[in-house]
Amino acid sequence: MGLLSKKDSKLILDPLADNNPITIQVLGICSALAITAQLKASIVMSVSVLFVLGVGNVVISLIRNIIPSKIRIIVQLTVVAALVIIVDLVLKAFAYELSKELSVFVGLIITNCIIMGRFEAFALGNGPWRSFLDGIGNAAGYGFILILVGFFRELLGSGTLMGFKVLGDPIEKTGIYAFGYENNGFMLLSPMALIVVGLIIWVQRSKNKALIED
Amino acid sequence: MGLKSNLHSLKEKYKGTKMAPAFNAIHTFLYLPNETTQGGTHVKAADDLKRTMNTVIMAMVPCLIFGMFNAGYQHHLALGTIEASQGFLGNTFWTWDNLVIGLWKVLPLLVVSYGVGLLIEFIFAVIKGHEVEEGYLVTGMLVPLIVPVDLPLWMLAVAVAFGVVIGKEVFGGTGMNILNPALTIRAFLFFAYPTWMSGDKVWVHGAVERAGTADAISGETILGSYAQSQDVVYNYADMFFGLIPGSIGETSKLLIVFGALFLIFTKVGSWRIILSTLIGALAMGLIFNGVVDAGIISSSSKFYGLMSVPFWQHLIIGSILFGAVYMATDPVTAAQTNKGKWIYGFLIGFISIMIRVFNPAYPEGVFLAILLMNVFAPTIDHYVVQGNVKKRMNRLKVKTA
Repeated sequence: MGLLSKKDSKLILDPLADNNPITIQVLGICSALAITAQLKASIVMSVSVLFVLGVGNVVISLIRNIIPSKIRIIVQLTVVAALVIIVDLVLKAFAYELSKELSVFVGLIITNCIIMGRFEAFALGNGPWRSFLDGIGNAAGYGFILILVGFFRELLGSGTLMGFKVLGDPIEKTGIYAFGYENNGFMLLSPMALIVVGLIIWVQRSKNKALIED
Repeated sequence: MGLKSNLHSLKEKYKGTKMAPAFNAIHTFLYLPNETTQGGTHVKAADDLKRTMNTVIMAMVPCLIFGMFNAGYQHHLALGTIEASQGFLGNTFWTWDNLVIGLWKVLPLLVVSYGVGLLIEFIFAVIKGHEVEEGYLVTGMLVPLIVPVDLPLWMLAVAVAFGVVIGKEVFGGTGMNILNPALTIRAFLFFAYPTWMSGDKVWVHGAVERAGTADAISGETILGSYAQSQDVVYNYADMFFGLIPGSIGETSKLLIVFGALFLIFTKVGSWRIILSTLIGALAMGLIFNGVVDAGIISSSSKFYGLMSVPFWQHLIIGSILFGAVYMATDPVTAAQTNKGKWIYGFLIGFISIMIRVFNPAYPEGVFLAILLMNVFAPTIDHYVVQGNVKKRMNRLKVKTA
């Protein structure tokens, strides 16, 4: 990457794999379980978190020297809350159906542990540009897992991707449904999301033994 | 050169390679290995893992055979081609026609269950480089007994793969699992493909494909009938002997009792767990009967049908007896302490009947109750042991004081 220095590009690339917020730090599991039953919802959630975390990290980083440390959590919450409200209103204005589907979970981005975690761990101690990269990187790592889980859950659970019937029609018995295939209802339940995340963690750690902790 | 020496030389040839555990497994499955242990102290006992597993399998074989006959019997009875059998030895039950249907439907389930499960065990043994463990022998036998007869084979294969990997191998294989693998498989099937695991169509062979046509047949289970407050057409003898629709192996209470006696006699199954499970079920049944007698709920309530079932009848309908004898007693996932076993079993029975009555969507709750208590078994043991430690500490204080 010519655009970024080696140190800076590490900020973006690390959270995608070896320091992934979901699979390595095991943060943000709650939303990963709740909204990944459909790919579309996963993507919207990922983009929302990307926005909130990217902008939020910059804001916190800019005001990091004037926040009294005793009330910094409240200040951080205010920043997240403002950003989440913007996301929520944009969704309501331009994608009303989707925002109804995501319902309370957009609001719950406020409590997403990844966001507060990055504010505390990174933005409070680094400049705006590096904070921005860190925010984008972590949100992308989170979104990558979310989209991966959403892909498998929607494909196996509903037989669709983004709402398109890629496997055929289960009622008309076309596509592979003609051979007796049926959708796996378990995939749509939250426990299965936990298991899918667990399987991803398993695959990742068996590929890279250095990640296994004792 | 017999088969044994052939296998032995194969084993020598592949020693140290990746596939060695697979050959060793086949060898020791069929024959006693040539090696003997060297040095150290040995405990000489006949009841090793393989013997234990085989004992449980032997206890289940009658249920399997009966299940085959029953599959055919229920099919023919629903079609109206035979008369209802009079009692356990009725002349329309133990017929060749019934057995053929049973063999045709049940054997493939058995083969798929063992085939997929053992394949995964072999793969994991080769990857991890340990010996193949016998743990799947019992699970593979249990699985066909606790599913409906018309379950598509590919669903079973998916479920077995899930159950063995997620229920057992991720925890470290045989002896390390928290959940009973067979019940994990059933739970997976139940939540993934509910239309094939519940309702009034899946329990009798042929009912699903005839649904909606002029030849439609129904095979509602007794629990299903009670849950909908319908009249039950089976008498107590049918329920006890097992001439009723249900999962393949769980219908005949008579044979399960024989299996239980066999397990208790060989000391493979814990009588404490079996007995306390039944006591728990009876206790919950009595409570519900009391609620009905006290007039707290009226007959218009949707729970009335199952609540008003006489408490003792809960033992001969549904699969509580099968679960108590073959599932709850699994030594790996059950509580280990004697006091813990009483608590563990009692709660299984208690919760089973509670789920059975209160959850019309799941007219049978035994497998959920056992899985739940599997999770709590280590906690129960912990507190039993701590309680014992405390008691002895107190005794010590009294003595020294």
